[in-house]
Amino acid sequence: MPHDSALALRGPSLRGPNLRGPNLRGRYLRTMKFPVPRALIITLAALAIFAALLLAAGKDPLRAYADTLVYVFGNSYGFSELFVRMTPVLLTAVAVALPARLGLINVGGEGQLYMGAWLATAGALAFPNLPAWLLLPLMTIFGFAGGALWALLPGVLRAARLVNETISTLLLNYIAPLIVSFFIFGPWRSPESASYPQSPAFVDAARLPSIPGTRVHAGLLFGVVSLALYSFLMRRTRLGLKMRAIGGNPEASVRLGIPVPAFIVATMAVAGGIAGIAGMAEVSAIQGRLVSGLSPGYGFMGFLVAWLAGNSAGGIAVMAFLFAVISSIGDILQITQDVPYAVVNLLMAVILFIVLGQKRRTP
Amino acid sequence: MSTSFAAGVLTSSILSGTSLLYATLGELVGERAGIVNLGLEGTMLIGASVGFAAASVTGDPYLGLLAAGLAGTAANLLFGFVVISRRANQLAAGLTLMFFGFGASALIGRPFVGAIVPGLPEFFGFDALVWLAAPTAVGLWCVIFRTRWGLGLRAVGEDPVAAFASGRRPESLRYQALSLGGFLGGIGGAHLSLALTLTWDEGMTAGRGFIAIALVIFARWNPLWAVPGALVFGGAEALQLQLQARGADVSPFLMNMTPYLLTMLILVFWGWNRRSTAPAALGRNFFGVE
Repeated sequence: MPHDSALALRGPSLRGPNLRGPNLRGRYLRTMKFPVPRALIITLAALAIFAALLLAAGKDPLRAYADTLVYVFGNSYGFSELFVRMTPVLLTAVAVALPARLGLINVGGEGQLYMGAWLATAGALAFPNLPAWLLLPLMTIFGFAGGALWALLPGVLRAARLVNETISTLLLNYIAPLIVSFFIFGPWRSPESASYPQSPAFVDAARLPSIPGTRVHAGLLFGVVSLALYSFLMRRTRLGLKMRAIGGNPEASVRLGIPVPAFIVATMAVAGGIAGIAGMAEVSAIQGRLVSGLSPGYGFMGFLVAWLAGNSAGGIAVMAFLFAVISSIGDILQITQDVPYAVVNLLMAVILFIVLGQKRRTP
Repeated sequence: MSTSFAAGVLTSSILSGTSLLYATLGELVGERAGIVNLGLEGTMLIGASVGFAAASVTGDPYLGLLAAGLAGTAANLLFGFVVISRRANQLAAGLTLMFFGFGASALIGRPFVGAIVPGLPEFFGFDALVWLAAPTAVGLWCVIFRTRWGLGLRAVGEDPVAAFASGRRPESLRYQALSLGGFLGGIGGAHLSLALTLTWDEGMTAGRGFIAIALVIFARWNPLWAVPGALVFGGAEALQLQLQARGADVSPFLMNMTPYLLTMLILVFWGWNRRSTAPAALGRNFFGVE
């Protein structure tokens, strides 16, 4: 009997109920309920543990928390920045939640975001003379296509049961920024900035509009719309029902005649495309050109958000907001206390470890 | 020129393969007990930063290595608590450990950016970790395939319920495997910061943890096969460094992709040629027999 052994490293199990031990993979990925009060308690506990770790490193966590509160809620600009942060995270979270419904783990949002930004930039640089009403939709499509292509490969490999999508999407995250770097150091290098490698600035028609006085941009609409579409797809359509069926019991779905491999490939591509739109919005609205340090880990943040939200649309919105606040803590720590921004990963990991470390009943 | 080029590639592939080999062996021990640790990248980062910090403070690179190994063990035990005692999903917990490692190493390493550390002393051209790498692999093979403890380990990795029925303690054995694996993973990370680069740099492992996970597959869960595997991947890295040093007209960014592309290729090939040698209970939790 071939074993369903290398769960992490091989293709999906299309076998029936596992008599040797339960497959826990789908358990938390399928839940729709999102208990907000419990999430808040866990976050507070994680903030306390993180504060203790910062104290041990000789920093002043309470001042950092207070600074963050003042910065974020003290004036309207700081508050608006939360939505700027939230925008890409909403999109990358949907890019995780959608495949999760099929039991797929997409950890490649970061790479998909970069490839979306890359192809959208190609569009902006190739058609500088188009009017905005034509160029922006074109760039959005390009951004979607870039991310979709980047997620297509893991999808195909998974559908063919060759490589597990978790490890392939993780590896592709390391390649995508290298492609971006190759272009901004090479073919697209802007002549006017010799010292700092970046693409030429986009024409005005290639810039997504923002709310005046803030950096909140139209990408937020993309995020809200895709979240709503995701929720509608899952709750109200036959397609969503089939996807939930695959996530629930792949073997039964095959017997029902659902083309599972096609669903896997298509879902991964669409998910990657959504993450790609996040990349398009970042270059078009925030940066105005392609740069190398495009994302401070938005793809990974999206993974954590979707996962903590149990893939519920409402939960994703709440958690994305929370993570925007958390990432502001990272900014404040970096600016005021010489702590690298990457340290926020520690806070996020503590939250996850608390969730994972909850006592669970034997299923 | 061609001989010096070949010698340069060989020397630096041994150097960069060493850290990969320790990390691969560390992951292999855990997987033999049935635990997939996707957080190896985090374990390595913690080892690299703690080793660098300890060597910089004490002035003794060997104390740095010891600290790195112990820190790696601690990181893996945290992961172990969640997946063994709390029975959390191994993939999710592994990714959490990865984030933990990113953050914790950035915090630990920050005061030591630009610090001077004593590198590992060299004997006959290589440091002690390089000389010990292949013997460690052989030793680990003996432990896994020739001792009672190793038999128990493999039994737990194949079928924890049967192992439990025959008097083994799956949970305890898995903790032991993860501790040993964390020690090796921490050392692998520390070899980067204490021998290869002699600096601490945020995220300096650059995906080596994930490459090592693929190498375990390449090695078919056999420590001996991990040695050529690590050399090949070390070679891919070394070749690109040597070509860059000689001013080859290829973009460094394209060359930097080789290890990741090679890893993908190996995974595809392994998935295609699927004669399963993986531990049967890999990735699966033990829920007791009540």
